[in-house]
Amino acid sequence: MNDTTEQILVKYKNADRDSLIPILQEIQEVEGWLSEKMLTSVGRHLDMPVSKVYGVATFYNQFRFQPKGRFHIQVCRGTACHVLGSATVLEEIKKHLKIDVDETTKDGLFSLEIVACIGTCGLAPVININGNFHARVTTDSLRDIIESYRVQNNN
Amino acid sequence: MNFLISEVLNLAPGESCSGDTGSKLEILRNEKIDKPIIFIGAGTCGLGAGADKILEVTRAYLSEKNIDTEIIETGCVGLCSSEPLMDVQLPGKNRISFEKVTSDLAEEILSAVFSGNPIPENNVLGQYSAGGNEEWDGIGYIAEHPFFKPQKRLVLKNCGIRNPISIEEYIAAGGYRSYLKGLRSYSPGDICDKVEKSGLRGRGGGGFSTGRKWKFAFNVESDQKYLVCNADEGDPGAFMDRAIIEGDPHRLIEGMAIAAYAIGATKSYVYIRAEYPLALKRLEIALEQAREYGLLGKNIFDSGVDFEIKVKMGAGAFVCGEETALIHSIEGKRGMPRPRPPFPATEGLFGKPTIINNVETLANIPSIIEKGEEWFASIGTETSKGTKVFALSGKISLTGLVEIPMGTTVREVIYDIAGGIRGGKKFKAVQIGGPSGGCITEQNLDIPIDYDSLIEVGAMMGSGGMVVMDEDTCMVDVAKFFMDFIQRESCGKCIPCREGTRRMLEILEDITHKPVNGSSHHALRRFKGVTQLEKLGKVIKETSLCGLGQTAPNPVLSTLKWFRDEYEEHIFERECRAGVCTELRTFTIDVDKCTGCTVCAKKCPTGAIIGARKTPHFIVDDNCISCGTCVQVCKFDAITVN
Repeated sequence: MNDTTEQILVKYKNADRDSLIPILQEIQEVEGWLSEKMLTSVGRHLDMPVSKVYGVATFYNQFRFQPKGRFHIQVCRGTACHVLGSATVLEEIKKHLKIDVDETTKDGLFSLEIVACIGTCGLAPVININGNFHARVTTDSLRDIIESYRVQNNN
Repeated sequence: MNFLISEVLNLAPGESCSGDTGSKLEILRNEKIDKPIIFIGAGTCGLGAGADKILEVTRAYLSEKNIDTEIIETGCVGLCSSEPLMDVQLPGKNRISFEKVTSDLAEEILSAVFSGNPIPENNVLGQYSAGGNEEWDGIGYIAEHPFFKPQKRLVLKNCGIRNPISIEEYIAAGGYRSYLKGLRSYSPGDICDKVEKSGLRGRGGGGFSTGRKWKFAFNVESDQKYLVCNADEGDPGAFMDRAIIEGDPHRLIEGMAIAAYAIGATKSYVYIRAEYPLALKRLEIALEQAREYGLLGKNIFDSGVDFEIKVKMGAGAFVCGEETALIHSIEGKRGMPRPRPPFPATEGLFGKPTIINNVETLANIPSIIEKGEEWFASIGTETSKGTKVFALSGKISLTGLVEIPMGTTVREVIYDIAGGIRGGKKFKAVQIGGPSGGCITEQNLDIPIDYDSLIEVGAMMGSGGMVVMDEDTCMVDVAKFFMDFIQRESCGKCIPCREGTRRMLEILEDITHKPVNGSSHHALRRFKGVTQLEKLGKVIKETSLCGLGQTAPNPVLSTLKWFRDEYEEHIFERECRAGVCTELRTFTIDVDKCTGCTVCAKKCPTGAIIGARKTPHFIVDDNCISCGTCVQVCKFDAITVN
């Protein structure tokens, strides 16, 4: 049994179904993703079939079923970003890291995700790496940004 | 804290205060200060543009020089393209604002403030006037700046100006008095009446009368009613709700408290996107402050009214902006809509009467109570009252948030406020209303912005995203972008939306891709598809269950209406005039430049390039998928793109 999941579940004693999404969010916040085991213990805790838990978890874009990389890259695919070239930015990241969307690099360093709109349309195109926003990204600046994180990891 | 609760909150809205209390309030409002204050625009857009570095530089400077002064992190003033912004206010002088601040400029400004050097003259945005302070010579007022002058800021009044997480400052500026006046002087029914008479309509998209909606819930008897604030701002291209919560969370809380009192709700939820961590953080802080002041909780200010606000984080599903889907999501279910009636106002969250309002709608409420419904109804047009916040983005000179009175023309917004198209390019269209909306073209630029005029030209107010497009934007590609978004976000419950949007996307992909084999069968399918686009769109609109499906074909239908020629070009000429649909490109090899190095032939994924070593190569058009790899690998510039 996973300790962190248990610790989180203890906080939600006597919880009802409306706590399901907050519980999943909290587990993912700590663990970075949701494993089969975690979903099973959530189901047991809430006295719900795991199939229902899985049904809810897969409905929402936020939940991941694969471990996250150390640096999680979110590419904004909102309208403003699209008009200013976020499709090219996304392609460039895929090419550079040799991964597809929702995948993690083999060394576990980077993972890639598409988000609908981060809400910083004035600075499009935008990418977000571990909560840090990078505005007006171009294919040139992109490599430097990604490599700066790699350097950060090596230090 | 005590004098605010015992004296200031007892004042009528708009009443000013003199004497000792008055001067204390002036200090809280930063009008009379005795040491300099540094303001840094630290909304998500500011931080994205580098405000975190400016904050670091400022903190380092202050600790190095051992200066004790206040740094206030404000929300976004709305001019995103000028971020990061840094303002300084010296005792007795007006507050002055700098735009596009770099670390070097920040140090220059700080040394001017604290070492008496002259204030830098570059990157000055303007000065604010407040409290009879001395003005700066030769520096324009922000209120006169072309971006701000035509605006009328009710909802965004405090955004970027005041400290968002200081309840003291909000109260000193007149906040929460409308709520307490409502509790003491009006009955819930009075408030519903006032809001209905004000003409306020929902700012989240539909535009239904807010007061009338409240009355539905007000008239239902129930042991428990709920208010839900919809802050699940999923429209790509709209970010006003984020800016309001980051920049002025107390205004939202006050609006919610008034709404809850009016409908008789004692519990409420803010359903906020998980993608907005900063807004979430500031909202939580503001809620805690409001509880400390007794503005939330049990028996608020001895009125016998209870009210509590809980925050629920969304989990990234666009369809949860729909009322019944949102309710399901709060209940911990898959966020799928259900047929209405019963409407949420009679049977909503946990089966109880529930009113769901958008952030901007609720943020309008305090001013309506403060200044009266007649005042609010005097702003705007016949059918659309008040102001609307728009998020301007895309290929425009100044991007950001603008709040304008209803009835302003689209042309004024784009050319007068936002300075026209970036880089002197030609305007093509402005997309309003996100994935549910449509395009406005040159010929319709002079229509006044209100709910009804926009619908007449095939667009929609939506939540207020305005994405401006120039000649380098391909309208077919834009339609494809929205269709791709919608078919990914369709919840899958009803067939027209689930299957129909996917078929529409396939048709659009067909016309923006080069077919792998150019057989006549394929061409026929392409032509047939396009003739079906309109019909398919109509069926989806008429038969879908919820608002998402009913508006899903709008971007396609609207671009098809105004830019039919571009569609035809894609279909017949296989050409994209904007050069966006890269898969329609054709490539030729210049025989004079080609050395026959065979690199392109080796790299071509479909083997479309043939030729012997050391002789010029050729591209077999039928096999080419226009990926462009050959152009990238050619060292001799021998391949041209048409």
